[in-house]
Amino acid sequence: MRVDFDYTRSLGPVLSVFMTGLRDGRILAARTSAGLVVPPPEFDPVTLQPPTQFEPVADTGVVETWTWVPDPVADQPFERPFAFALIRLDGVESTLLHAVDVPAADDMRTGMRVRARWREHRVGAITDIACFVPEESPASTPDTSPSVPTAGAGEPVTGIVTPVRLRYTYAASPEESAFFRGLADGRILGQRCPACGKVYVPPRGACPVDGLPTTDEVELSDEGTVTTFCIVNVPFLGQRITPPYVSAYVLLDGADIAFLHLLLDVDPAEVRMGMRVRAVWRPREEWTTSLENISHFAPTGAPDADYDTYKGHL
Amino acid sequence: MTGRPAAVVGIGQTHHRAKRPDVSMAGLCREAIDRALADAGVEMGQIDAVVVGKAPDLFEGVMMPELYLAQALGAVGKPLLRVHTAGSVGGTTAIVAASLVRAGVHRRVLAVAFEKQSESNAMWALSVPVPFVMPVHAGAGGYFAPHVRSYIRRSGAPPETGAIVAAKDRTNALLNPYAHLRHDNVTVESVMASQMLWDPIRYDETCPSSDGACALVITDEDHVGVENPAWIHATAMRSEPTTAAGRDQVNPAAGQAAAAALWREAGISSPIDEIDCAEIYVPFSWFEPMWLENLGFAAPGTGWHLTVAGETSLTGRIPVNMSGGVLSSNPIGASGMLRFAEAALQVRGAAGQHQIAGARRALGHAYGGGSQFFAMWVVGSAPPAT
Repeated sequence: MRVDFDYTRSLGPVLSVFMTGLRDGRILAARTSAGLVVPPPEFDPVTLQPPTQFEPVADTGVVETWTWVPDPVADQPFERPFAFALIRLDGVESTLLHAVDVPAADDMRTGMRVRARWREHRVGAITDIACFVPEESPASTPDTSPSVPTAGAGEPVTGIVTPVRLRYTYAASPEESAFFRGLADGRILGQRCPACGKVYVPPRGACPVDGLPTTDEVELSDEGTVTTFCIVNVPFLGQRITPPYVSAYVLLDGADIAFLHLLLDVDPAEVRMGMRVRAVWRPREEWTTSLENISHFAPTGAPDADYDTYKGHL
Repeated sequence: MTGRPAAVVGIGQTHHRAKRPDVSMAGLCREAIDRALADAGVEMGQIDAVVVGKAPDLFEGVMMPELYLAQALGAVGKPLLRVHTAGSVGGTTAIVAASLVRAGVHRRVLAVAFEKQSESNAMWALSVPVPFVMPVHAGAGGYFAPHVRSYIRRSGAPPETGAIVAAKDRTNALLNPYAHLRHDNVTVESVMASQMLWDPIRYDETCPSSDGACALVITDEDHVGVENPAWIHATAMRSEPTTAAGRDQVNPAAGQAAAAALWREAGISSPIDEIDCAEIYVPFSWFEPMWLENLGFAAPGTGWHLTVAGETSLTGRIPVNMSGGVLSSNPIGASGMLRFAEAALQVRGAAGQHQIAGARRALGHAYGGGSQFFAMWVVGSAPPAT
């Protein structure tokens, strides 16, 4: 399962100064009650007011402490092993977290002198400093002192984009597994609560009302009643079904709770509460362990169910 | 009323907007906080504890904002608590702050709630596909629209009921300088003519996406320091499962239970007669009549009578959403607290052009998740009866 989004951050006046400085190849520290601090805090931890004075500081400093990263993961500064370090820039009272590029952990030590290696193309982000390197190491770029800014020179940097990339492995519960495996065989399996007798589909392992395990398996019809529904006309980021479509709560015959599915083969304007519907299964060779084995629900053509039969499920 | 008497003595909010590119989340919170502190006439150093609320993390992509907000919130060296109950969080945050004072733990507590919707996309965040199930989810509107349809079927309310609410709330917003949407000439007809987004919910019956924050200073009776505190008469919170067989999604049991507890604590037997105005969490217009019933202002199936008769307008029997409500400003994490704040502004006589004359007791209400978290309070111009 993937969850990806590029969040667009507004920096506010203080961090805007810092990021604009980075783009212009300068590290700007804030003058705070604790002296010069990098990155500038948006609010001084003692006075609780925003800092107003900023001063350029050296891009050289000392490693205060560090950790070795033997197996970098995606989006880290390097694909090869490197160190993360807290670096106290010369004249600054705080430490800055950044990467140090050295061949091996043996090349790192607390107290070592380092200097920034700037990127040639800078945009106003902490990554405008590619990394820090041992101060005595030869320059790998033509000029270690930053050249002219390369993006949006003159304009302040007011925002940054922070991508979030999440990868989940979905672990189905035993009850869900039985349900999804049933779907792979073209069966819809629910479970009954031993106390209230309600049949849950998909099964959850426990009745949310009684808190008891629902161990009694019930095979359900693939016909049911539309209790209520929504016609989705609005497009949005990440949408997988092209609007307009009908998202319907379907109460399968024999079940005590409705679930959401897609309703097709009918003009949305003709869809009614109480409409009788049947599952339309995808071709058997396409079946997996998913509710998407049911392509959609479609009207059976039978008379609508009485309101009284489903009014307790709204 | 249990515990020590407590009151709201400072109220601050931002001018809610679609985008506030000029401030960070920290700066946005601070705007509301500075206004609340100034209103209360206190300095940051006089605050004993800070309680912060925001909407679900995926909405802004910041997992634990309280970690970096400590200085901005003035919480250095003080207790800082984060509260989370989805859309009701702003209300819950105010109740947690009030509870710390009522319990005698702290004398003066700052509550703050915020949302910077422009940094993300709430519709996307609410519709992340779950493996193995049908990807038919379509944001909050898609979630609530079927339940609105059920309400219409159950109550027999006329189709323009939702449009009446929307036209009223958007018109009220014109009186509120902090409101996000400020549209002239919104009428029942213009709302009815707007695009159907999640049938039966129309575009103009839907809340906007806002950047904004709200802050409250809550004190015990010995540290009020202002002439017109809003005394907290009662608070209530209840929760229930999102889905359960036979769960009533139109008139949720948790909301009914919270309201019953609230009226009992406030000593109120007939809410419509004893509450002067109500600020209710209505993100989609039809929720006004639904919550009027859930809260006990009207019998089940009859809430829409009040709406259609104009009784929820500023001059009606029970004015609802004097500020313009969630329909006019929706920084989600702050939206619940804004409802609580508006109730307090009313009983302080400080609601400006949207003031209900002589308001003595007001309701602030919030709900969240799939109508499964409820938070509400009653505030009054006089101290609670002991």
